[in-house]
Amino acid sequence: MTSSIVEVCNVTKIYSLLSGDVVALDDLSMSIEDGEFVAIMGPSGSGKSTLMNQLGCLDVPTKGELRIAGKNIRTLNDRELTRLRLNTLGYIFQRYNLIPLLSAYENVEYPYIMKHRIPDNTGRVRGLLEAVGIDRKLARHKPPELSGGQQQRVAVARALVNDPKILLCDEPTGNLDSKTGAQIMKMLSELNEKGHTIIMVTHNPETAKYADRTIVIRDGRIA
Amino acid sequence: MKFKDILFTLSIRSIRLHMLRSILSALGITIGVIAISAMGMLGANMTLVVTKQISSMGNTMVVTHYTGGGGGSPGFSSSSSSDKDYITQSQFDKIKQIAGKYGTVYAIYTENGETIYTGNDVKGRATIYGLSSADMQNVLTIQNGTFPRSGTDVVVGNQLAERQGLKIGSKITIGDEDSSQQRVRVVGILKSRGLSSDLRSDSAIITSDDFFTSFYDKEGQFSQVTILLNNVNDSAVIKSAIVSQLNKKEDTVSVSDSSNQASTITSTISTLTTFIMAIAGISLVVAAVSIFNVMMMSVTERIHEIGILRSIGTQKDEIMRMFVYEASVIGILGSTMGAVLSFAIGYLVVAMLIGSTEFFFTWQSLFYLPLGVCIGTGICLVSGVYPAWMAANLDPVEALRAE
Repeated sequence: MTSSIVEVCNVTKIYSLLSGDVVALDDLSMSIEDGEFVAIMGPSGSGKSTLMNQLGCLDVPTKGELRIAGKNIRTLNDRELTRLRLNTLGYIFQRYNLIPLLSAYENVEYPYIMKHRIPDNTGRVRGLLEAVGIDRKLARHKPPELSGGQQQRVAVARALVNDPKILLCDEPTGNLDSKTGAQIMKMLSELNEKGHTIIMVTHNPETAKYADRTIVIRDGRIA
Repeated sequence: MKFKDILFTLSIRSIRLHMLRSILSALGITIGVIAISAMGMLGANMTLVVTKQISSMGNTMVVTHYTGGGGGSPGFSSSSSSDKDYITQSQFDKIKQIAGKYGTVYAIYTENGETIYTGNDVKGRATIYGLSSADMQNVLTIQNGTFPRSGTDVVVGNQLAERQGLKIGSKITIGDEDSSQQRVRVVGILKSRGLSSDLRSDSAIITSDDFFTSFYDKEGQFSQVTILLNNVNDSAVIKSAIVSQLNKKEDTVSVSDSSNQASTITSTISTLTTFIMAIAGISLVVAAVSIFNVMMMSVTERIHEIGILRSIGTQKDEIMRMFVYEASVIGILGSTMGAVLSFAIGYLVVAMLIGSTEFFFTWQSLFYLPLGVCIGTGICLVSGVYPAWMAANLDPVEALRAE
């Protein structure tokens, strides 16, 4: 039996700017089942990124209810939202977003340390890095010394280190060549097969084909 | 790598990434710490040296003619409450009667700024004291020669001897050409007494009281009476007895003891030290602005990184701690460097300006080293708190968007 791991009910997000209010999400509702692979598509300015920020608990809706793994994020304070990001969500960004001051290994280990308050002595970090094709030698390198594909692999390992229920992928292949992009997408498919819920924002219809379902957003609403 | 270490590691790597500007900021703190520590140590050493000099005469009380103010200078008169500007024989006798059982009481004749001629008619000025030979031997210490044996024998202070090139056997003519003059012979050179509340003998000529009274015609006109106490704790009793007996109708005498002078001098030095340290502290304020600037730059440059850290589950207080670590490391490095250099520079400053490092290694002096480190580090922390708070409170979405 599947159940909704993400429930979006009549969510509205309004940004108040000097030039006036901008409605980024307009009474949007949807739900994503546990273990599903969903692609979110839509033109620029349609509200995809805003929706991803809400799903990633980086921002909260102006109106409506958003439940992530059963928790209504509008009722959570900053500390609780941060804990939810750490324990339940894994984020993969278009621009990899690794910490340049840490090595590839340390980048993957960082969320583990934040969660467990101790360094990894179980071999999980090393295992994940090897699983995404980063060997010991490469793991010692800092992000700027790695190729785009290698950086995205490290980012995937980092997103998985705390075994999150949901993987949020914001254009994960947007900065990669097609071959490397296909490798990353294959990796995400395998993770989905292992039970991870994957929500992926993409512009690319080829990439969206890997998903079970595609949600198209236009003007802050589901088209 | 422990939990806390990963935040600390990020701070250290950020400092290493911007090594030059971090070193320059730490250098600002170093200079500030040197300024306040060295000045503090200078003040402390000055206080200790002066206190020692004063305490060496701590058992001395001086009674002078009342001049309307507190104490007054021997031999100088101003607005007097009576016609006389000296201690009379009867007053001396009374003081001797009161204080005699508590210590040695002796009277001093003084003539300030007297003209003298030494070898080859070299003109100079000196204070002439007149003392009985018994008192002279009690109070003064001869470095070379002997105490006066005849009326025209004198002893001179070592500084005067040096300044005027006087030796044992040198002749001095006391008095101006226009007035009466008397030729005397140096038979002894005195050991230095330093700062003294009764006799400033280092630059003076000391004659016998007989010679003084006959030459100046001041029989029974003492500039001051000195009491050398056996027990310094008796000073309050004696002071009150003298004041109550001699100042019955009107104020005729002033009594000062060196503990008053000591506290006045040390308090003055302490005020000066605080003032100098406050001026030196301006350099620390400048350093604080530099640290603030560096931390703000660090936060601005790392906004995107802060966004990443927040998005992958770093709490606000952990972000804040990371930047506070950075400011603290700069502060501790700068302050510690400052303390090490302050030790060396402070030693040199004290040696050069005071001429004695006798008290340099006392806790009162070295206390300024940890104080400087604490102030330096504290200022860095304060300077780092606002940028750290700002970093912690950045909107993660906005921070991620930053280039």
